[in-house]
Amino acid sequence: MDAAQPITAADGTPLKKKLAQAMFRSKLRATGLVVPLLAFVLASFVFPIIALMWQGVYNDTFERLMPNLTEELRVWDGVSEPTEDMYAMLVADLRQNRADKTIGKVASRVNQELAGTRSLFTSTARKAKKLEPPYKESVIKTKKKWGELKVWQAMKLTNQSLTPGFYATSLDAVQTVDQGFVMKEDKRQIYTKLFVRTLMISGSVMLLCLLLGYPVAYLLATLPLRYSNLLMIMVLLPFWTSLLVRTTAWIAILQSQGVVNDLLVWIGITGDDSRFSLIYNMTGTIIAMTHILLPFMILPLYSVMKTIPPSYMRAARSLGATPTRAFIKVYMPQTVPGIGAGGLLVFILAIGYYITPALVGGQDGQLISNMIAYHMQKSLNWSLAAALGGLLLGGVLVLYWAYDRIIGIDNMKLG
Amino acid sequence: MLDGTNPFVRFRNVQKSYDGETLVVKNLNLDIEAGEFVTMLGPSGSGKTTCLMMLAGFETATHGEIELGGRPINNIPPHKRGIGMVFQNYALFPHMTVSENLSFPLKVRGMSAGDIQDKVTRALDMVQMRVFGDRKPAQLSGGQQQRIALARALVFEPELVLMDEPLGALDKQLREHMQYEIKHIHENLGVTVVYVTHDQSEALTMSNRIAVFDDGVIQQLDDPVTLYEKPENSFVAQFIGENNTLTGTIESLTGNVAKVKLEAGDSVKALAVNTDGKGSRTSLSIRPERCVVSPKKVAGLGMLKGRIEELIYLGDHIRCRMNVAGNDEFIVKVPNTADQLGLEIGAESYVGWQTDDCRALDFKQV
Repeated sequence: MDAAQPITAADGTPLKKKLAQAMFRSKLRATGLVVPLLAFVLASFVFPIIALMWQGVYNDTFERLMPNLTEELRVWDGVSEPTEDMYAMLVADLRQNRADKTIGKVASRVNQELAGTRSLFTSTARKAKKLEPPYKESVIKTKKKWGELKVWQAMKLTNQSLTPGFYATSLDAVQTVDQGFVMKEDKRQIYTKLFVRTLMISGSVMLLCLLLGYPVAYLLATLPLRYSNLLMIMVLLPFWTSLLVRTTAWIAILQSQGVVNDLLVWIGITGDDSRFSLIYNMTGTIIAMTHILLPFMILPLYSVMKTIPPSYMRAARSLGATPTRAFIKVYMPQTVPGIGAGGLLVFILAIGYYITPALVGGQDGQLISNMIAYHMQKSLNWSLAAALGGLLLGGVLVLYWAYDRIIGIDNMKLG
Repeated sequence: MLDGTNPFVRFRNVQKSYDGETLVVKNLNLDIEAGEFVTMLGPSGSGKTTCLMMLAGFETATHGEIELGGRPINNIPPHKRGIGMVFQNYALFPHMTVSENLSFPLKVRGMSAGDIQDKVTRALDMVQMRVFGDRKPAQLSGGQQQRIALARALVFEPELVLMDEPLGALDKQLREHMQYEIKHIHENLGVTVVYVTHDQSEALTMSNRIAVFDDGVIQQLDDPVTLYEKPENSFVAQFIGENNTLTGTIESLTGNVAKVKLEAGDSVKALAVNTDGKGSRTSLSIRPERCVVSPKKVAGLGMLKGRIEELIYLGDHIRCRMNVAGNDEFIVKVPNTADQLGLEIGAESYVGWQTDDCRALDFKQV
């Protein structure tokens, strides 16, 4: 056959085209099967994530509600004395917002940038109708703070709708008009410390899960079937119990008048007046989360260990290795895909854990997710919540990438 | 290590039970001399692998003693026995290269890097796999993996090597090739080999002696020739090679020749090997290649009438299935010679054999 000539089917049409025609129906059917789920995932997962992530860098409250002042702030250099025009536009916008009952939103937005400015807006807005030119004087008369440069700088920053400000706040930095980003002073840093703590707690939970789960997975993989089935049910039992029930059970067990402390006092390890605080702190968070996440470590480990035939260990021993050496040199390296999968799974789940630390974490057992929830529900600073969440997501993706580089995603076995 | 009077490996009254109810190995006695190639042959579940595992140290004998070089080894853990082992699925460590696999037993013995390098190279040369040292086992074919497994079991120069159906996963041609290779390595190195298989041709090809296992008992322990030519009981006769069986009752015994009345009514003479004497039932064993088919009676042979049921032309011989004395699975291998008689399906003919080739063994219902 001539190499340059494309291969044709019996009726003369090119074979590729014929194949595409023949495959079209089955491809169509395959696509049809996936479409509902794809649409659901797009609508309920991908789109909300993108929308919320967008809020982390884009907040147009000020620009939208204070259009006149926006124009003035845009041309202002940020360091010179605010002009009479700027005050005039401020008053005009305040009047409008007062009428539209949207002044609260503006006040909250600026307050996020510079704490303590909320009442400035609300009270001046109330009086805005009666204010007369020259506006600079009359506005400063209502509240002296209007004369301060930093209030105007805060407004200029707020005026920037597309802003890195929330991400800066998430990293404990402050955006300034004239000096770029400045780190907050040490004792006012909250979020970076919380991120570090989150990573540490997640790491500890992961290590504890590995230490506790590895022997169990080994037993599961090596015991005769009827024992291993029973053991497997015990491993899976927590999955069938409500997360809330398990967490509250830990409260009953670990609290200072709880089972564990009573036992320790009874044995004599500690006195009745010096009971251990095992809950409402970091210890409580770690204990409860380790328990809850343990199955996620055991199952991938088990699925890998099950595929390792016992003859490897036997071969190693017949070649002269002690049981310990055979285990470390021959068995353990083969479980690395399971360790990787379990570790990554537990770590990623732990990093975003919310309910358990909220219930048993107390002050120093809170994770970054609790702070995100706070900003979503209490402070209503969704942009900051989105920025914190974005950092968390980014962190997880970086970890995932690092895992892929070091161990390889293909090596991962989840079950 | 060896003091002349003691065999190199000795099983003494060894019993093994897994559940405390049934014995997998029943009172095993087996002596293996240094340098021997002994095969444990038997159907699955006959206890042969259990015996090997007890020798390797992965199973403990419920009763009895196993000695290696005169020392009892029942309480010595596997890694201190210094026995090389080749496993059925090769058991090459997948996370190590071929060279690392081979240096593993040397490293655990604390050898210097130079010595390890030397020995690994030599072992790889022995199996002609030198260029594959840097590959991972998964990148090798089954036969290559088998060679590496063999080299790994030999690289630390053990005096005893155990092989647990090492060729089971290979295709027929490669299996036969590897049989010769293992045989030659055994001859060159002079190590003692204990080999487990359920493939009788493999056992016959390689072994000095074969222990035929069934039901946890060694049925017969002999060299391949004796085992094939002179089976001691019906199980061995049927398990090794092809075999025709006729059942009957012993009418009389003269010396070691028994007159047996077959169930179909005819009487034949047979060599009494393993019978309970006059009046007892017996199974007669006749090899297909020791029978002749003839239209007339031949003097000096035991002859029976039969009917040719099937003829299969196999080139060097013709496989003739006959109905003889009620057994319609009676096979005769007729050599393909020039004067070969014209056999015809459905023809009545005589089939005959020498008295010595018809062995009267213990009765076994077929």
